[in-house]
Amino acid sequence: MRLSEKHWTLLILIVLVALTPFFFPSSYYFRVGSLIFINGIAVTGIVILTGYAGQISLGHAGFAGIGAYTCALAPVHLGIHPALAVVLGAAISGALAWLVGRPILRLKGYYLAVASLGLGILVSMLLTNEAWLTRGPDGIDVPDPGLRDLFRAMGLGFSATEAWYVFNGFMLIVGAWLALNLYDSPTGRALRALHGSEIAARTVGVDVAGAKLTALVISAVYASVSGSLLALQNKFITPDVSGYMHSIEIVTMAVLGGAGSVLGAIFGAGILTMLPQVLTVFAEYEQILLGLVMMLVMIFMREGLLPSVLRLVRGRGE
Amino acid sequence: MKLIHKFALGAMTAMAFAATPVLAEIRLGATVSETGPAAFLGDPEAKTLKLLVEKINAAGGLNGEKIELFLYDDGGDPNKARTFATRLVEDDEVQAIIGGTTTGTTMSIIPVAEEAKIPFISLAGAIEIVKPVKEWVFKTPHTDRMACEKIFTDMKKQGYTKIGLISGTDGFGASMRKQCLDVVASYGIEIVGDESYGPQDADMTPQLTNLKGKPGIQAIMNPGFGQGPSIVTRNYAQLGITLPFYQSHGVASNGFIDLAGKKAAEGVRLPGTALLVESILADSDPQKPVVAAYVADYKAKYNIAPTTFGGYAHDALAIYADAVKRAGSTEPKAVRDAIEATKGLIGTTGIVTMSKDDHLGLDLSAFRMLEIRDGGWKLAE
Repeated sequence: MRLSEKHWTLLILIVLVALTPFFFPSSYYFRVGSLIFINGIAVTGIVILTGYAGQISLGHAGFAGIGAYTCALAPVHLGIHPALAVVLGAAISGALAWLVGRPILRLKGYYLAVASLGLGILVSMLLTNEAWLTRGPDGIDVPDPGLRDLFRAMGLGFSATEAWYVFNGFMLIVGAWLALNLYDSPTGRALRALHGSEIAARTVGVDVAGAKLTALVISAVYASVSGSLLALQNKFITPDVSGYMHSIEIVTMAVLGGAGSVLGAIFGAGILTMLPQVLTVFAEYEQILLGLVMMLVMIFMREGLLPSVLRLVRGRGE
Repeated sequence: MKLIHKFALGAMTAMAFAATPVLAEIRLGATVSETGPAAFLGDPEAKTLKLLVEKINAAGGLNGEKIELFLYDDGGDPNKARTFATRLVEDDEVQAIIGGTTTGTTMSIIPVAEEAKIPFISLAGAIEIVKPVKEWVFKTPHTDRMACEKIFTDMKKQGYTKIGLISGTDGFGASMRKQCLDVVASYGIEIVGDESYGPQDADMTPQLTNLKGKPGIQAIMNPGFGQGPSIVTRNYAQLGITLPFYQSHGVASNGFIDLAGKKAAEGVRLPGTALLVESILADSDPQKPVVAAYVADYKAKYNIAPTTFGGYAHDALAIYADAVKRAGSTEPKAVRDAIEATKGLIGTTGIVTMSKDDHLGLDLSAFRMLEIRDGGWKLAE
């Protein structure tokens, strides 16, 4: 039986998440792995928005900020469990994306990029300036959701870092699975159709604005969940999570790895998360190297690293 | 195990740098913001740590053991700082951490140090770092609250009772504003105007005009950090405001005078450390020898004068070295207890005496009230 691309992607992800820990010399590697998964989740959302629907957002960190700060604030002020706060954050992010997207996505072109840019900056400013609620730019503590105790109760004696590695890995696989399912669904087909040509898609009866809105809302939820997980794992969060640079980082990861493919984008998240760790010896040149890699990828591998390399390998094989 | 280690590196696209360093006796970790928005703080801190570790090792180390410094650049990103702190603890197996250039990065390193039970000496300002006292966490810079108190003490002495506040909305400005509002009443001073500006704003004349018009206002104070206070100072001069003007310790560097301009900065008062006025300190001043030696060493290696922020790193390392010597070992618990028992240690920021309830160990005397005259610093007391 030949495996479809969807099954290949999931299989590779599961194998990577499950087997690499056997090679980790210290729990620091679990931390890096776990961060890759968190970024991977946000980037999977970008695959749906940019890769499938061809829309560009420069403000997804804003949704990550909403997810993160909901986890910090809701358990304290509303008395709900942090896990429920993840869901609440996702709901708020989704609702906000819907509100902003509804008027904007009727238009064609780069309006979403500009609007999302503004939205991201607004969220960031709100989190920074409303210090009475968010405790301002120095950050705020996030309650412990008790993940480690949950694993303990299941008889698994993980350390906190290991527990988060396992959980975030699981969330990433679920996120990837949902995104891959979407690809083959009627909505996914509609998104790909309008990516190709909005006019053609409209001609065959696709609700273009509606489909774009769906993609935006789903990707906002992904970003929100990734922000929530980051906040819960670190037990501390600052408004940096919603900053403009983080938005750019998320998009860069997706584009570098290959925005059109879930595995490629996660691969990009992996590279950009590990790079600062590998390059500590020449930290001053980190930005230069990153810029160079981006330029080369954009010039020679427009689909992103992974899809281009795969094509090259397949091309050789035939 | 070694083979597996190597394989893991390959498999994970070489996550860490492959060369395993020779185990030194004293393994000291540091993560500071050498790049990014807080680079002007982190850069002198990193330079100072490298310089002083070199100097200690050249002199034979501590208790005859050399220090190996593991220094990372977190770029001011709290999340990265957290990762590097984990790396220092788990991978480099350090016995203490110095760093956390900003309050945000410090707060994200604290849980790692507390969990690993190793001493952590922060280089960031906020009072929350050591209040409530955390078992393994210490810090070297004075708090915002102390800066407020120093300024208000001076204002009270001058007889000012109605003042205006113009603060930055960045971490430093927002935190200091809050601390100032907390303590201002006990000095019998009333805040008659409270304005703010964003860290990227390029013109603050409207806010200053507002303040200037407040009835009975006698002085204006600017808690802020980075470029903001320089612009406020320029605008202050452009508007021809003659009220006494106070800046915070956040701009206590020569860079501030350069940015604001010699003329606009004339007469500005601010609390600063002995380091800044090293050349005009009295010879009898207890801090003089320490500060002079640090300035001379720093200038010899980097060809520029150190800043207050480098001084924070100097003091952190001095506190650690002193504690290791007194403890006679590098065992984290013993060193922690020794740090807590630090007494009369002369640093660049002040004379440090810690206790079970005070993990900072500085008092108001650590600050000197300075005034800018002819593009240079003068002691105002």
